[in-house]
Amino acid sequence: MKTVIEASEAVALGAKLSRVKVCPMYPITPSTHIPERISDYIFDGEMDAEMIHVESEHSAASALIGSILTGARSFTATSSNGFELMYEILPILSGMRLPAVMAVANRAVAGPINIWNDHSDAVSARDQGWVQFYVESSQECIDTIIQCYKIAEDKNVQMPVMMCLDGFSLTHVFENVDIPEQKQVDSFLPPFKREDILDVKNPKTFGPIGLPDSFMNFKKQQQDAMINAIDVIKKANLDYKKLFGRGYGDGLIELYKMDDAEYAILAMGTICGTAKAKAEELRAKGKKVGVIRLRSYRPFPVEALKKAFKKLTRLAVLDRHISLGSDGPLFTEINAIAPGLDVFGYIAGLGGRDVTLDHMESVYLDLETGKQKREWLM
Amino acid sequence: MTRKETVGDVAKESIPLNTGAVIRTPGNTKKYHTGSWRTFRPVIDQKTCIKCGTCWRVCPDAAIYIDKDGKYRINYDYCKGCLICFRECPVKAISKELEQK
Amino acid sequence: MVLKEVRFHGRGGQGAVTSSQVLAIAAFHDGKFTQAFPNFGVERTGAPVESYTRIDDKHINVRSHVYSPAYVIVLDPSLMANVDVTKGLKKDALIIVNSNKTPSELGLKGFDAKSIDITKVALEVIGKPFVNIAALGAFAAMTGEVSIEALNKAIDERFAEKGKIAGLNKEACRVLYEKAKGMK
Repeated sequence: MKTVIEASEAVALGAKLSRVKVCPMYPITPSTHIPERISDYIFDGEMDAEMIHVESEHSAASALIGSILTGARSFTATSSNGFELMYEILPILSGMRLPAVMAVANRAVAGPINIWNDHSDAVSARDQGWVQFYVESSQECIDTIIQCYKIAEDKNVQMPVMMCLDGFSLTHVFENVDIPEQKQVDSFLPPFKREDILDVKNPKTFGPIGLPDSFMNFKKQQQDAMINAIDVIKKANLDYKKLFGRGYGDGLIELYKMDDAEYAILAMGTICGTAKAKAEELRAKGKKVGVIRLRSYRPFPVEALKKAFKKLTRLAVLDRHISLGSDGPLFTEINAIAPGLDVFGYIAGLGGRDVTLDHMESVYLDLETGKQKREWLM
Repeated sequence: MTRKETVGDVAKESIPLNTGAVIRTPGNTKKYHTGSWRTFRPVIDQKTCIKCGTCWRVCPDAAIYIDKDGKYRINYDYCKGCLICFRECPVKAISKELEQK
Repeated sequence: MVLKEVRFHGRGGQGAVTSSQVLAIAAFHDGKFTQAFPNFGVERTGAPVESYTRIDDKHINVRSHVYSPAYVIVLDPSLMANVDVTKGLKKDALIIVNSNKTPSELGLKGFDAKSIDITKVALEVIGKPFVNIAALGAFAAMTGEVSIEALNKAIDERFAEKGKIAGLNKEACRVLYEKAKGMK
């Protein structure tokens, strides 16, 4: 059904259509509309799920462990410092290989206190064993939440997945969305089944100690699962496209006007839309420019990216996070996989600083002239 | 030892390498006899014992059990010799004896 | 069509954010692509608030703030003492002000500005100074960017659970639409 809804509602609908059973949630701006909508669905009897009113985000993440171990498909959402409070539990969920799905309404972490968008919350958790998607539109929110469960629950993955959407810049935007039919979603996403669950008749031990003689082996298993996720993400994107007619690049990266592009901007999230709008404008003036949108930050799609870089003369990477004392994490990582490519690095949009069409124009101009290589887009 | 030999080499006592470190066979702690750790062995004098249950309650390893006659006994397979029972017994019915090793 | 951007100026509690959303829903019913979003500030009752709507024939890529809207709607002219409602405007932009004064009396010289007394109509039709939705009737007539039919549909959808408020808003919209038609 085509309609106009807020992206936060699109996220909540994604969870509802995925037939989520347990939602331990603790509201925090700008993710709050997500638990609000889910509460509405449950109260109105549209969603057969339990909302657990936990006392903190740490408890929300902890409750996910228990709920998934009972065999219930589970969901939560958070932002910024709430995300930071969950931090301790994030690697436990992935270490226990629990297919949790979480929406992260990206917001700067304090301080100074700031409620607006950047990627400092989720990007700082890149090493915690969660698949990380960064989305661009409300439509992608609803589609991706459904795909997240498909990927997280795949037997070759069994890792938690977070879907990151820009706080305010997306969470609070009303726009056109095509809501998938429940029947079709059901055919895409089968009911959640798990071999190892809490069962008094068949007791098992969950979360035991991993001594030095086994811990590293478990980490290797997790790394293998993450690498497996690359193909599983691609397949989920493809299967979804077959059923619903919508796909997002190859699932890992999305290419915009990249066929003959000489200069490209690479980024994550909503600023890619603004880069696309500028690229379209510059294309009309004959400039060979394009956009690479990184959708899957973890696993990091090295091969897909390398292929996308092949014809490029120069590339600009826009980070909405700064690894203080080092550089933009995305910039650093792209440099590591593209030794021959001239890569420019920009720090942009921290704490809600708007990233404008003019910013994008200046970046494309930098790429063309080759002069300015590093900048904070103030 | 070559590098290849060490990769994935897991000691026998370790937990099975199931996904997510799940242990699917319950009660495996039972196989782990900690009785050999003891320096001192607690001994209950059944004549002095008033069956108050203090030792049973405070034992951190649940190594004290009640037999079919209602007597409090110590399972020396698991008793680590921490002597909390010895210290807490209100009627001093528990003594400590040096283990002969 | 080219991408059209609309900026609403109101006070916290006046419903400027709802205005931008209802306009977006209406544009959708006209078969358009749309975005509506508030200025992501810390909102308090009575404080100046801005919200925006984007309308286009195709999917809208740009996601930055709105800097140079084609249309500005001022729900409360007293804001103009503190807020520059003309900021970023190009010469061909249209400013619609809820006021019984003329644009030049309001100091809007050099801009294409139209004033219309939305509060008066709202008080007559709704009985309360609810101007946020009523203003869209005037906007539809003056700009032709959205049809009155789509607007009615959007109001029904947005206020489905609020009883007679949908009907009253639609009536206020109709009155202002008729009134503003001659002002196009």
